[in-house]
This record gives sequence, C-alpha cells and structure tokens, in this order.
Amino acid sequence: MKTYATLREIQHDLQQGILSTQDLVRHHLENIKEKAHLNAFLSVYDDEALMRAKEIDKKIKAGKGGKLAGLVVGLKDVLAYEDHPLQASSKVLNGFISQFNGTAVQRLLDEDAVIIGRQNCDEFAMGSSNENSAFGPVLNDADNTRVPGGSSGGSAVAVQADMCRVSLGSDTGGSVRQPAAFCGIIGLKPTYSRISRFGLIAYGSSFDCIGIFGKSIEDVALVLEVIAGPDESDSTVSQRAVPSYSNELTKANGKGYKVAYVREIDESTGLQSEIKDSIQKKIKEIKEAGHTVEVIDFPLQEYVLPTYYILATAEASSNLSRYDGVRYGYRSPQVNDLSSLYKKSRSEGFGKEVQRRILLGTFVLSASYYDAYYTKAQKVRRLIRDKTKAILQRYDFIVMPITPTTAFKLGEHTDNPLEMYLADLFSVQANVAGVPAIAVPCGVDNKGLPIGLQVIADDFEESKLLHFSNSLLN
Amino acid sequence: MKIDRALLDKIAHLSRLEFDEKDAEKMMKDMSAIVDWVEKLKEVDTENVEPLTTMSHEINVLREDEVKEHLSHERALKNAPKKDSDYFRVPKVLE
Repeated sequence: MKTYATLREIQHDLQQGILSTQDLVRHHLENIKEKAHLNAFLSVYDDEALMRAKEIDKKIKAGKGGKLAGLVVGLKDVLAYEDHPLQASSKVLNGFISQFNGTAVQRLLDEDAVIIGRQNCDEFAMGSSNENSAFGPVLNDADNTRVPGGSSGGSAVAVQADMCRVSLGSDTGGSVRQPAAFCGIIGLKPTYSRISRFGLIAYGSSFDCIGIFGKSIEDVALVLEVIAGPDESDSTVSQRAVPSYSNELTKANGKGYKVAYVREIDESTGLQSEIKDSIQKKIKEIKEAGHTVEVIDFPLQEYVLPTYYILATAEASSNLSRYDGVRYGYRSPQVNDLSSLYKKSRSEGFGKEVQRRILLGTFVLSASYYDAYYTKAQKVRRLIRDKTKAILQRYDFIVMPITPTTAFKLGEHTDNPLEMYLADLFSVQANVAGVPAIAVPCGVDNKGLPIGLQVIADDFEESKLLHFSNSLLN
Repeated sequence: MKIDRALLDKIAHLSRLEFDEKDAEKMMKDMSAIVDWVEKLKEVDTENVEPLTTMSHEINVLREDEVKEHLSHERALKNAPKKDSDYFRVPKVLE
C-alpha cells in the first residue's frame, strides 16, 4: 500500500474511492501479524475493526464520514473501551472487561476512528522501559535487543512499526514522550486538564494526561482537537474552548519565536554526547530559521525528579487502594478472612515495581513523615511550576532533550529502580509544572537509534507548540 | 534514612501488602536508597512557600444534580470475583 504522510492524504483518496477504510485496517492487521514478536498488542480486534471499517466506508460513500474517518487507532491498556478487556498490563485486573467508554475513546468513535486493539505497557503505567508488564516486555522495532521506553511502550512501537496510524497513551512523568523518543516518532503530552481523564486508569491524578503518538504533527493536532475539551464526567478538566489545532497549523506566523535552552541540562554528565550534539545542531537550524535561542539557568533542575517521585507515588498509593479483590479483578484463592483477602489479592496481583511505589507513597503520606516529604514536595512543586512559568513568560518555548540516553538494552536497568527512574530525568518537568510538551524526532546516534527533541510551551499553548514542532520537521 | 523491618511491616500493613523474607530484604534496600535520594529536597529553601495542592485551572465545576443511572446494577456486578444476584461477596466479617 502507498505510504501516506497524513490522514488528510488518506481522506483524499478515500473520497476519490481509490482507497477504503477496510484496506487500511487490513494493512495494519498484516503488520501486527508480521511483527507479533514485538509484543506491542495485548488484544487485536481484527474482525470487529474490519466490520466497523465496512460501516465507515458506507458513511464515506454517503458523504457522512466523520472527522477521523480512515484513522486506525490503538489504545494503551489504561483506556476504557466498552465491552473490551482493560487491565493496565496487571495480573490484578485479570479478566476485567470495561463497562463504559472513556471520554477520549468515545470522542474518537463519534468521529469514525477505528480501534484496532489494546496495547502493552508498564503495569499501571509505572516504568520507563515497558519491562514491568505482566505480559512481558515490548521490543523496539529499531533494534529488538533494546527497550521501546515506557510506560506507553506498546503504543509507541505500534506507530513506529505501522501497526496503527495513531495511538493514545498516557503521560504521568514522560510515558508518552520518552517512548516516542526511543522509537523515533512524535509524542504529545498536552496541558494538564486539556483532555478529560474519565475512563483513564488513574496513577498520579495531578500528573496524569492522555497523550497522542503519531508520525505527523497534523494527525496529532487533529486527534487532539477531537478528544480535548469540557466533559461533565471530569470536574477538573479545562472549560476553555478547544481551538482547531489542525487548521491553526497552516496559519503563517510572521514573527520569530524566542526559545530558551537550559544550561544545567547541557552540563549534565549523564547526557549521551550524540544527543547533545544532535540538539546543538537542531538549535543552529532553529536560529537559522530566524528564531532566537538563549541559554538560561534552571537551578531547580536536580530537584524535579525527586519531587515527582514523592508526589506521584503518594497519589498512586491512594489511587491503587481500589484494587482490593472485592469488586473486580483478581482475588487470591488463599483467603480465610477479609484482611487476608485484601493482602493476598494485592500481594499476588501487583508486580514488584507497583508494590514498591505503593509502599513509598504510603510512607510519604504516613503521619510521622507527611510534612517532611509530602508537604515539602508540594512546596518544591510550586517553586518548579512558578519558575517554569516565569521562563515561559519571557520565552515561547523551552527546548531540551527528552532522555539522557537513546534506547537501552533489555534488562540493563531492571535490578536498580533508581537507575531506571533517571530515564525520566528531563521529561518530568512538564508534568510537575502541568505544561504541554512534545517529543519530535531529532536524528539518530552512532548505532542508528532514534534521538528525540523536547519542546515545552506554556499552559494551553498547544497551537503554538504544534506549529513550531511542525516547522522543525519540515 | 534506613527503612528497617519494623517500619516496612508497618507501611506494608497500611498498604495491605505482605512480603516474605527474601522480598522484604530487597524492598528495604530499594526503599532506603529511594528515600535517601528524595531527601535531596531538604536543600531547597521553602520558607513561606505554600504547598501546591491542585493542578486544575478550574474551581468547583459542578454539573446539574440530576438523578441518573450511570452504571446498571448488572454491569456494576459483572466483573466481581464473587457475587450473588445483588451483592459482592466477601468472607464473613462478624461472627
């Protein structure tokens, strides 16, 4: 099949009758079959997707196709799709069938997207390599001995290997941008609260964002404008009107942007030299395109990751208390009273990283340590947010790497949780501050492994962020 | 800070988790290292800084208080590991 750069091109050929949605679904299903060893999908809805494609082809013929007609989407295993399995890649939700559609999923369906399957991820979105899944690791299609990143590893690989056109993932500390960088594709984390979280399995509720993977900025912009916006099922979601992001992309922008680059990151010893070089090269191109780039200081840089781990684990320990073996999911067969039902079901059902984060979160929230850790981290979070916002008052964007290294080997960091946490070193700032950020491809290292560039913008500046990102890729 | 067995057992109980000897050793080691690492925040001067407690830009966005069925009884019970026609079933709590 012809390679299409954008959904718009696909829709053009669908209108002309030289392509059908069924052709597209068949094409992706073939790739899923051929690349089954990557372990990106936990469920493939083949017959159902083909049937739905047939319905959508009829609608297109009748001139009634929705905005996303022809779009084949995969869903990370944290998004509720009615009457389909959902288990956050965890044994604790074995056999769980979603009883409703999440808001983002419903909005995709309403605009005639086809959902092709459910994608592997780190258990409860906790991890940076997709090695914490009850269903085994996902492999990077660029090099099968390496991880795809995490936690939305399956979703990134599915787009990388053309198993679907777009994936929805979730980004709590970098879980969309980091795997996008490792797989050489685009990954957007919008502003916190831009997309309703209804029907997204909760991890750290003050950080969690649904994010979008794709190969074209235009596709990502179109999906964002469909799924973002007010929702009566999420009282925290932004009430701001949703711009037509895809139309705004083509609007000419006369003035050069002001871009900031953080000195502390450049001086960071853990940063792989080829990533540093490739970003410097990109910065040169940005300057040549008529934008200004200035080096700035962000002395709080080294405190961002510890702040994230205190607050996100605290929220996780509370959110994951619902998995108790009573109302849904796994119940241990070894129980004789209610207390052992809780303890055995949770200890047998959750993987070790999830248990570690629940313990850490419970520790920082416990009476004796609450002020020293939890309240302290909330205060530092305010400083990080204020400082980040102050930079974004003076500059349109902050650019930085997404990851300290390119994709690492399977098993390389699995014994040491702290080493694994450092994979999120540069991605968490956007989640701690709540601002939007994107990963865009920025060359490859000496081994041919993808490098990602991160661009961060101020709250609700997705239009500008997407416009600038698009110019970086063209 | 060292997380010892007594502290681990206390947190584990609050979390409704339990660990055998081998897992407990590894958990104490990992948690002690992580807690030492996050203690870095003590270096930051937060005098007169209010904790940031919400990230949403919205205040009290409420929907109309209408009686609606969000999930039917049948659907709510569908994923239960043990149930009867109306209720989730658990081991006896009171003798």
